[in-house]
Amino acid sequence: MTTDSTALAPIWGVMLGIAGGVIRGSVPFLYVSLGECLTQKSGKINLGLEGVLLLGAMVACATAVATGSAWIGVIGGGLAGLSLAAIHAWLTSLPRVSDVATGIALATFGGGVAFYFGKPYIAARPPVLPSLPLGAWSDLPLVQSALRTSPLFFIGIALAFALRWFFRSTRWGLHVRAAGDQPQSARALGISLGGVRTAAILAGGFLGGVGGAHLSLYFPGNWNEGVSSGQGWMAVALVIFARWQPLGCLWAAILFGGTMAIGPSLQAAGYGGYYHLFNALPYALTIALMIATCSKNQRLAGQPGGLGKGE
Amino acid sequence: MTTSPAAAPTPASSPWGSRLNAVLAGAAPSIIALLAAVLLFGLFCFSQGASPLAVFASINKAAFGSWYSWQNTLVRAAPILLAALCTALPARTGLFVIGNEGALVLGGLGAVLAGLATQTLSPVLALLLMALAGGTAGGLWIMAAGALHHYRGVNPTILTLLMNYVAIALLDHVVEGPLRDPASLNKPSSRALVDSHLLANFSGTNIHPGILIGIVCCLLAWWLFTRTPFGFASSVVGGNPRAAALSGLPVARIVLTATFLGGAAAGLAGMIEVAAVHGRANDSLHVGYGYAGFLVSFVARHHPLGLIPVSLLLGGLLASGGILQRTHHLSDATILVFQGIVFLCILFSESLRGRLPGLRGVVTKS
Repeated sequence: MTTDSTALAPIWGVMLGIAGGVIRGSVPFLYVSLGECLTQKSGKINLGLEGVLLLGAMVACATAVATGSAWIGVIGGGLAGLSLAAIHAWLTSLPRVSDVATGIALATFGGGVAFYFGKPYIAARPPVLPSLPLGAWSDLPLVQSALRTSPLFFIGIALAFALRWFFRSTRWGLHVRAAGDQPQSARALGISLGGVRTAAILAGGFLGGVGGAHLSLYFPGNWNEGVSSGQGWMAVALVIFARWQPLGCLWAAILFGGTMAIGPSLQAAGYGGYYHLFNALPYALTIALMIATCSKNQRLAGQPGGLGKGE
Repeated sequence: MTTSPAAAPTPASSPWGSRLNAVLAGAAPSIIALLAAVLLFGLFCFSQGASPLAVFASINKAAFGSWYSWQNTLVRAAPILLAALCTALPARTGLFVIGNEGALVLGGLGAVLAGLATQTLSPVLALLLMALAGGTAGGLWIMAAGALHHYRGVNPTILTLLMNYVAIALLDHVVEGPLRDPASLNKPSSRALVDSHLLANFSGTNIHPGILIGIVCCLLAWWLFTRTPFGFASSVVGGNPRAAALSGLPVARIVLTATFLGGAAAGLAGMIEVAAVHGRANDSLHVGYGYAGFLVSFVARHHPLGLIPVSLLLGGLLASGGILQRTHHLSDATILVFQGIVFLCILFSESLRGRLPGLRGVVTKS
């Protein structure tokens, strides 16, 4: 094996690109879907994650530029997501206000605010998160660069396991599940539905904002208006596909991260003719998975019983 | 908010009085919400160093200040109005559809394909075939979503949203690949339609017939949903699909028809954009008219006649984007912020419905 990266066959370039995509592209999906999983487990739907992702990415970029620290940027992105989620929690607690419509309104509002205040940061180079060199074993620069991994990737995996433990083994996790599954019984047991759901929506928004921070502070590592490319919408479908299980979200995020990378990898390898169609693959895959996993009459396995009922 | 500016005392005894009261009761929360949104947006402008009054004066001038600005507004309102029907009609049967942008894009693409194939026919026949192709393309696209919702239980909101991305990718692929006019270097486009087959502007103006077509479609939709058995059946389906099925209504047919008609309206918007404005298919077809139409439908609470004034307002707002940037140094995203504020205020106003003093309207589920 030579150390000349150009000696790699194109197919290996594509495979490496996809592997890199799994590592880098899956992180926003992972955080957003874990946040949405938590929100939906409590019985609420937050469709506004596209806005959360955009605002999180913009604020993270701005905070990181202002403070010089990418980690403070991550916190800033999370708090931005949390603020947007707070609007969602308040509006959907009012009578006759639909979860779905509010989510779309928040996506519009969050996107608008992010675009407005993000204008000065489009050309900015924020300090990016450090990389863990998982490819250090190889002497091929291409392999090394493909396998550089963001610390948020590992934190996200740990979070998926932590969330599973939270739902299964803690009192608070039980409260969240009760609020989502049997709202009336939960209320009879003295659980504050409003309190639990607000907390779940806020935490979900924070996680979504962190997902956005990964976009602007690691991959692609800058802020622009197309940075989220619909990943917030896909994450909602991803939670359905994951059957509301945190570990399911992890596998689904990895699958989607890899799919997102197919188009760019093929283009880098010289197969540019179907560029737009390959880039639409993640959306088509999401649609296909939704069709495959949904069913007309019975409730889906794992679906919280009171989801979106406005109870 | 305890009083409503629209809540003038009306004599409820006469039939016209009670009808007026019902219209006011339906519109009052939305009007209050729009006023609140204007106020909040004024605060936003103020915080950004622009004088709110000057900003509103500029918007008004650019949108409705002169015959020339009215023309700009009407040209923008036309596709928004038709695209809004793509949300408003399925909403009657209880489906939230956001596929407006995708249906508009595919309608435009279908119309261009038909237009390029019919260049030897007479202009009227060619335009009719283009409208048919555009409407069918958009209609089938949204009807597919309606079918997947009805038969598979797929969430129609997320589904149609994701389908927008697929439709746009399809258009971009086709105009950069198989359909590309080699002469379009900087902006990949399809070949141009022949000039005689385009929708002409009204003489002496920049206004094309799109706005009239839009208004006619809204009137037809209003008639269909308030004056026919189909309209009654679809509101039963929208209220409670299970009860509708139990009482023997053909739920599948109603859902599929409503989604097809909605998609066809958005497809027609795409056809008009192609035949009256661009003359060819390119990425100018996805500039956000579909998303604007979705917002319009929500503000008008999916009422076919309510769509007309609201889309004029939004068309005017979009027409004023340039002047905000030039005169007040507010970036083009300002309009998006305003749209977001309007949307949130409208949703908030839903919680006021039926609780405004002096107005006893019917509380409907949205």
